[in-house]
Amino acid sequence: MPIIHILAISFSSGTAASAGKVLLWPVDFTTAAYDNVFGKPEYLRAFWVSVKRVAIGTTISMLITIVTAYPLSKDTSQFRLRTWYTWVFVFTILFSGGLIPMYLTVKSLGMLDTIWALVLPGAVPVFNVILLLNFYRNLPKELEESSRIDGAGHFTTLWKIYVPLSLPALATTGLFTIVGHWNSWFDGILYMNHPENYPLQTFLQTIIIKNDFRFIKAENVELMIKLSDRTSRAAQIFVAAFPILIVYPFLQRFFIKGIVMGSVKE
Amino acid sequence: MRGLTRMFKKEWPLHMMLLPGLILVLIFSYIPMVGIMMAFQKYIPNKGLFGSPFIGLKNFRLLMEYPDIGRIFFNTIFIAVMKIIAGLVVPISIAILLNELRREWVKRTFQTLVYLPHFLSWVLLSGILIDVLSPSSGILNQVLGLFGVKPIFFLGSNSWFPYVMVLSDVWKEFGFGTIVYLAALTNINPSLYEAAQIDGAGRIKQTFYITLPGMLPIIVLMLTLSIGNVLNAGFDQIFNLYSPPVYESADIIDTFVYRMGIQQAQFGFATAVGLLKSIVSFILITCSYVLAYRVANYRIF
Repeated sequence: MPIIHILAISFSSGTAASAGKVLLWPVDFTTAAYDNVFGKPEYLRAFWVSVKRVAIGTTISMLITIVTAYPLSKDTSQFRLRTWYTWVFVFTILFSGGLIPMYLTVKSLGMLDTIWALVLPGAVPVFNVILLLNFYRNLPKELEESSRIDGAGHFTTLWKIYVPLSLPALATTGLFTIVGHWNSWFDGILYMNHPENYPLQTFLQTIIIKNDFRFIKAENVELMIKLSDRTSRAAQIFVAAFPILIVYPFLQRFFIKGIVMGSVKE
Repeated sequence: MRGLTRMFKKEWPLHMMLLPGLILVLIFSYIPMVGIMMAFQKYIPNKGLFGSPFIGLKNFRLLMEYPDIGRIFFNTIFIAVMKIIAGLVVPISIAILLNELRREWVKRTFQTLVYLPHFLSWVLLSGILIDVLSPSSGILNQVLGLFGVKPIFFLGSNSWFPYVMVLSDVWKEFGFGTIVYLAALTNINPSLYEAAQIDGAGRIKQTFYITLPGMLPIIVLMLTLSIGNVLNAGFDQIFNLYSPPVYESADIIDTFVYRMGIQQAQFGFATAVGLLKSIVSFILITCSYVLAYRVANYRIF
């Protein structure tokens, strides 16, 4: 309901919205707010940073998930250090250095204000690795054995047999990774010193929620304040939610399968 | 010895596959752990981690003497515990009610709608909430006004703020929980219900004697998993919705660390607070994991 209300506001005229006439249906229908949003280079630039981030981040994370889960899904008889390695990864979920040491690490690597600060620190999704390795383990052993007899090495077995068979699991984890990258905003605040490097959610956080225009150049301030009146705020929220609103209904069944698969075992 | 090299020859591709993940984890998880040293230092940025003087436990003593620290811990635990309780009760009830519905499409549409906010970020949801809850133009206060209620500044009032956090968290997440519990419900053997019907049990009795006990393992599992989160009351949500007037009822450990550490650059002090939180969380997660393993026979790998 609140979501529909905001959608209605975004299509209403500014005067109707500020007079509080809008409930669940637009009053004085207009797309002015959207024209306004799409006419703003700041908004589009932030949108583009987010798109880049999703593309690079998801690719890296998925590749790493696939190749990490495979060795860890082996028995100790096949891979002796398996348990040891698994703990190296799992320990990172249990304990972390905390916000400030993390910030200083990224800073000392010279990654501040680059897209790598948004992509690399979270590039190993250990939860997804665990999910996928459980999935690999439930695949019949005979498949692997027969491919070994046919002369395939570990790499070939992984790409030709495991990956195609685990597509449902990969779709689920991949989509969660995409949504995660699209939605995260805090690392943008933390690692980006210049607003032109902000991903979309961080940009919106500063403009809509904190009304913080400190970073913006003086000549743009007026424009930014205009961007933050009520209809325009609503429109910006909607454009940012739009990619998710579109993919979501189609992918819902994957999500449900994936959650059930990940949460209940045996 | 020859066995060992042969073994290595067979296993080297597996080691190679782990390499990228290991390198990243080493850089971004284990190196920051070295930075924990800062908690015991008077950290001076231009002297760095290895040049700053050690001051022992002074940061921790400072923390204990910090006037608001009791309040911050209380807020964190209060908000988190309320969220855990509401986050169990609401989805379980709705899952049971939905399960009683016979029309498949109603169920599916309802699920799709309530699951949606789970996929939107707290930035967007906060933007929506700020508008809806605004005392001057928000729709909620307008509706309340029809009943003669004076406008309430939900996000600016210390008595309302924690409850707004809990309710909006339920709004975002209950769809997700409902799906998990619905999945558990489909695993209950239907012949149990038939037997109960023959014995004369009504809908309500069936719920209490078959449905709830059947869901118990997954309820225990979800509960134990959430115990590890008691010190995370929800940074994203609170950070986006709070403001100085409600620090008193809204400040949690994570928001405190952010303000102290990043905004006021007290790196050593903030790291000490973070370390304390990490240690307590670590203990809680380990305990709840052991509990989940014992009670619900849950293993993660």
